[in-house]
Amino acid sequence: MASEEERRRAHWRGTRRLTLALLGAWLLVTFILPGLARDVSFPFLGWPFPFFLASQGALLVYLAIVWIYAWRQGARDRAARRGDGT
Amino acid sequence: MRDVLAGAFASRLGRYYLLFTIGFLAFVAVLWALERLGMPRSYLGYAFLFATMALYAGIGIMSRTADVAEYYVAGRRVPAFFNGMATAADWMSAASFIGLAGTLYLLGFDGLAFVLGWTGGFCLVALFIAPYLRRFGQFTIPDFLGARYGGGIARAIGMAASISCSFIYVVAQIYGVGLITTYLAGVDFSYGVFLGLAGILVCSFLGGMRAVTWTQVAQCIVLLLAYLIPLAWLGLHTAGTPLPQWGYGRVLESVGVRERQLEADPREREVRAIHAAREQAARARVASLPRSWEEGRAALHGRIDALRSTHAPLSAIRAAERVLSSYPADPQQARRAWTEEAALEREAAAPPRPHAEPFWSAETDPAQARSERSGKRVNFLALVFCLVAGTAALPHLLMRSYTTAGVQEARTSVAWALVFILLLYISAPALAVLVKYEIYTAVVGQPYSDLPAWIGTWQRIDPGFLTIEDINGDGIVQLSELRLAPDIVVLAMPAIAGLPFVMSGLVAAGGLAAALSTADGLLLTIANALSHDLYFKMIDPSATPARRVTIAKVLLLVVALIAAFVALLRPGDIVSLVGLAFSLAAASMFPALVLGVFWRRANRWGAVWGMLSGFAVCTYYILTRYSFFQSILSLDPGDFPPWFGIDPISSGVFGVPVGALALVVASLLTAAPDEETLALVDFVRSPARR
Repeated sequence: MASEEERRRAHWRGTRRLTLALLGAWLLVTFILPGLARDVSFPFLGWPFPFFLASQGALLVYLAIVWIYAWRQGARDRAARRGDGT
Repeated sequence: MRDVLAGAFASRLGRYYLLFTIGFLAFVAVLWALERLGMPRSYLGYAFLFATMALYAGIGIMSRTADVAEYYVAGRRVPAFFNGMATAADWMSAASFIGLAGTLYLLGFDGLAFVLGWTGGFCLVALFIAPYLRRFGQFTIPDFLGARYGGGIARAIGMAASISCSFIYVVAQIYGVGLITTYLAGVDFSYGVFLGLAGILVCSFLGGMRAVTWTQVAQCIVLLLAYLIPLAWLGLHTAGTPLPQWGYGRVLESVGVRERQLEADPREREVRAIHAAREQAARARVASLPRSWEEGRAALHGRIDALRSTHAPLSAIRAAERVLSSYPADPQQARRAWTEEAALEREAAAPPRPHAEPFWSAETDPAQARSERSGKRVNFLALVFCLVAGTAALPHLLMRSYTTAGVQEARTSVAWALVFILLLYISAPALAVLVKYEIYTAVVGQPYSDLPAWIGTWQRIDPGFLTIEDINGDGIVQLSELRLAPDIVVLAMPAIAGLPFVMSGLVAAGGLAAALSTADGLLLTIANALSHDLYFKMIDPSATPARRVTIAKVLLLVVALIAAFVALLRPGDIVSLVGLAFSLAAASMFPALVLGVFWRRANRWGAVWGMLSGFAVCTYYILTRYSFFQSILSLDPGDFPPWFGIDPISSGVFGVPVGALALVVASLLTAAPDEETLALVDFVRSPARR
């Protein structure tokens, strides 16, 4: 049986891992791809890709990020309340 | 039991707001019918203005309260879905509703930095701020800074930073309100400002956060309908689909074809050459200052004397005198005015900007074009950075995470907020492209004799909004002869597309809802910072709850009046004003808020130095580089070249790293935080109970 302290640490490690993974996806569509906009210009579903990305694509990724976070983190909190760690 | 009650509360709210939505749609339909029966336009404008204002005031009065928890955090029981709507209304300001599509119209791809920044920031709010603030569970942002960083100093700095960025932001909203009421009701701009102020105050004054929350939900519905319905209509008109958001790629392509035509058109080239010559002339006058200023003034005096001595008609003399009175008062003013004139002419002399092309440059020389493009790219990324970091630090938005019933609700509330916000932010680029298509095809190339009526309407409201002049005298409108201010693109859109006037009224009502809802949230933030953080926590901790709420209300009134006064000075366009607030918020609070949760070693002195230095760097950069302040402080722009070519709107790109670095260094140089503080950090990190 893990101690209270260990369980808390494990929960926080998991939170950080999830946060970092989502932050990575966020950095990609917010800074990396728009920064390379002139180099990734190809037609995409009838749009120039950079324009599609900055006006719709990235926004849908954001939506996915916040919903995934709310869903995963909620599930992790519930699991922690039941006492089975991460 | 508690969940069952909360569920019943949420479904009752759902019913109310569904009825409200249907009622509002019916109201619009009735007005449309009345318009077709011949009701005059001014009445339609009044109907929209007063009906929506009365509605918000009504909700405000119904939700009036003097209870502390209700006044500051709406009783902490707002369901996530509705809190998301209120957050969205809080968020979508006059800048988003009125300014954004116009900025996109002018800047094309480069304007999308605002779209990315204002939506992407919500990821940071969701991941780094909102759930932790809710877990902490007090009243204001300075509350958190004070508790985490051991007391008075950190709280005071957080309070000062909250107040300054919210204040800049609220000035921009009140300015927007003035603009819209002027357009809707035809009143003078200054009356418009105070009329709008009344609408803001009724709500936040009586019921604090509780009234503001329930009004904001209604305003969110109004503003989204007011954006999406006219856009659907415009879409049917221009793109043949009521959902242009998904299909405007084709229109974008047609705009591109038209851009290339206009680029090559000989008459357009002729007008551009005239603009280029005017730019050169303005530069020559700047170069030969102060002689050119004296000569110009002497020439005007000479002309007036000549007119007088030849007994010219009084109107001609008056006109000449008007030219003289608007002539720069001294050589320094002349330098500023003529440099600005040269910049405007230079813009007008450029060929049409390819809308979808990132970081476009009009330069023909390849080396210069490359450097201009890389400058634009850096500014694009810097602006996105400031806006996302600012989003995650603006107190009026973060305050909303206190009003939900629990941590998980705070997370889903952010997610719902993003859903509603995206409805507008995905639509704005579509609106910009469709309006551009309309202007490029239905206005450009038309004879001056049958200009559409909206052009005259907007010129009458303020010549600064729209200038059109037959520069080459051919009687045909060239694109380079027309200049639109970004702030009018959305408001004028229904008229541009030839929609019924009721749609113009609807758009204006939506803009009003956007500006009012944001102003409500901001004023509340400022007044709460003063009444809760300054008065209750620092001056008189024994104050009774009733007294605290009274003080908050009085301060609200004072702050609102000061903000209205500043708005009357018209300090710049809405979007750039708001941008300043973001940089300031990001630089002063973002590092302290995030590191406060994610770095246990961060301590009081780190936070103090971090916030102060971030704030100072940002303020210095804004004061010395933003033209509005340059002219107030009478600084010569030539003495203050921008660092790395970064625009003043993105000053946070210097402020945030400096602030974060100062926080880390000062924390490491001083003692680690005490046990109590560490326990607080562990508490906000720990799994939430609900």
